[in-house]
Amino acid sequence: MKNSYKLSLIILLLILIGYPGSPVFSQGISSTELIKGAKEYDTKIITYTGEAIGDVMIRGEFAWVNINDGENALGVWVSASLAKEIEFTGSYKTRGDSLEVTGIFNRACLEHGGDLDIHAQKLRKITPGREINRGLQPDKKNLSLILFGVLFLIWILTLFRHK
Amino acid sequence: MILKPRLEDLKIIGFYLGKVILGLAFTMIIPILTGLLFGEFNPALDFLIGIETSVLLGLILLKVCHTEKDLNWMQGMIVVSLSWVVAMFLGAIPLYLSGHWKSFLDACFDAMSGFATTGLTLAQDLDHLSYTHNLWRHLIMFLGGQGIIVIVLSFFVRGFSGAFKMYVGEARDEKILPNVVHTSRFIWSVSFIYLVLGTIALGITGIFNGMKPLNSFFHGACIFMTAFDTGGFSPQSQSILYYHSITYEVITIIIMVLGALNFKLHYHLWMGNRKEIFRNIETSTLFVTIIATFSIVAVGLVQIGSYPSAVMLFRKGFYQLISGHTGTGFQTVYPQQFLADWNNLALVGLIMAMSLGGAVCSTTGAIKMLRIGIIFKAFKEDLKKIIMPERALVVEKFHHIKDVFVEDKLVRSALIITLAYIILYLLGALVGMFYGHPFLNALFESTSAAANVGLSCGITNIAMPAGLKVTYIIQMWAGRLEFMSVFTILGFLIAVIKGK
Repeated sequence: MKNSYKLSLIILLLILIGYPGSPVFSQGISSTELIKGAKEYDTKIITYTGEAIGDVMIRGEFAWVNINDGENALGVWVSASLAKEIEFTGSYKTRGDSLEVTGIFNRACLEHGGDLDIHAQKLRKITPGREINRGLQPDKKNLSLILFGVLFLIWILTLFRHK
Repeated sequence: MILKPRLEDLKIIGFYLGKVILGLAFTMIIPILTGLLFGEFNPALDFLIGIETSVLLGLILLKVCHTEKDLNWMQGMIVVSLSWVVAMFLGAIPLYLSGHWKSFLDACFDAMSGFATTGLTLAQDLDHLSYTHNLWRHLIMFLGGQGIIVIVLSFFVRGFSGAFKMYVGEARDEKILPNVVHTSRFIWSVSFIYLVLGTIALGITGIFNGMKPLNSFFHGACIFMTAFDTGGFSPQSQSILYYHSITYEVITIIIMVLGALNFKLHYHLWMGNRKEIFRNIETSTLFVTIIATFSIVAVGLVQIGSYPSAVMLFRKGFYQLISGHTGTGFQTVYPQQFLADWNNLALVGLIMAMSLGGAVCSTTGAIKMLRIGIIFKAFKEDLKKIIMPERALVVEKFHHIKDVFVEDKLVRSALIITLAYIILYLLGALVGMFYGHPFLNALFESTSAAANVGLSCGITNIAMPAGLKVTYIIQMWAGRLEFMSVFTILGFLIAVIKGK
């Protein structure tokens, strides 16, 4: 009785592990690991974290969001309703929302012409983005003024030489 | 006996180099205006420093080396050769000041990659780069694609007899119109008209794809500039993969092919001579080599089974192939995927396409179609001579704007340049292997650099050894100028050392 209980527990575990689409790689995986090990992670559920960058491109009921983890940016196909939660995307003037995506990783997506992408099932904002305040850098300002002064001096010298 | 160059030679070279530098300096006004428009004041300052340094250097050279004399052939070639090196240093200043390049060498790498329309990049955190710097990256490709000397001849020179010597030195030995200044202006007119049309097409596509209108048209203009000039930089780190759009891919394919055509052919098409496109040896050779190299790539991809459907295989395989063959370097796969998902056969097909390039007098690099066509015709002629009776007169000709007989002089010139390119590809591969990369990967990256393509299998990255960065810079420079100006400068240096 005890042995058959153990056996059924093992079988149940094996079924759960082998079940297609089960969260085998629930730990965060970097973009480089995903690209290099694409065959291993293909069609598996993965968790990927990074900053939303560029445009959130709404396509009907879905949207494309590109998420950069500092190594590469990967395209994430997400429902438009989930995408609406993204407030900031990374650019020169903004730090994008930091997002955690859980979804199916595709090495060569059948739906999207062979693109390497993630079809998101869950999307969670870890840290909200913000605007970046970039004040004028004094060293650059000073250098440009010095160079302007030198150019002005050369111009004056040229005028004297002509006279 | 080798004659040592005189001081007068140096003065003439310095004077005309100064003119080129001043011409280049004024192009930095465009990013400064962009910076002010977008409220990006630090980036605008980077370009102000860049323009000031350039004007300063240009003025010093004009004053110190002032001369009334015109250029001779050797001096013209050296001015061209040095112009590209100086453009790299000056163009790198604003890039380096942005803080997105780890070292000045990295910024120089990207500046040379831009001017030479290669597309390999060492930029860090590209997705947070300002509009100002991004515009500059794409603009230098647009300027470099037409030719730095072409810019100067078009906008800053009223015409002097040395102009043609400089024009030829920039790997453009074909005059479209009798005067080189008019030829340069024609090249710019064509490019500007296509720029407007291409930007509108890509901008509207971007909006339909869900991009914000401003971003959409900015990306449209940037992508057009680098597609038409077969450069390959893109505003985002994912290259064309960023857009997730087949329409975008189709439009960029059309623009890349337009960029790979001879400007002389564009001229004839614009003049209504549409038959020329079907009769010209360059277009027919391009068609054949695309079919041949794509067949190799397709067989390789079928063998490895990377893409489960034929449509996917075509979309991925054909895009990278056209991008490589035209010397653009846009990617819809990640660099690491070339090694993971493509087998050796597919990679060899792509390397072959990269090594061939587009038309002469276009914006592409590499061996080019006219030379391939001439070599093929020469082989055909020799084969006929063997097969036909000894007394038979075998004459082979080809059509390139007009009918031309295949003469030994033409074949020799085509073979020398082809050989020089092959040596350059192999030398770069040797250096890559020296730094521990497998042969095929090293050959892929080396061919991409020397043929001014920009596709990468992952070797080009920030951590790459400085020696390899310098090697690729030299390859991009020599490949873009098609050796003649580079050989002249080497000869000049030897004359300085050994001359009497």
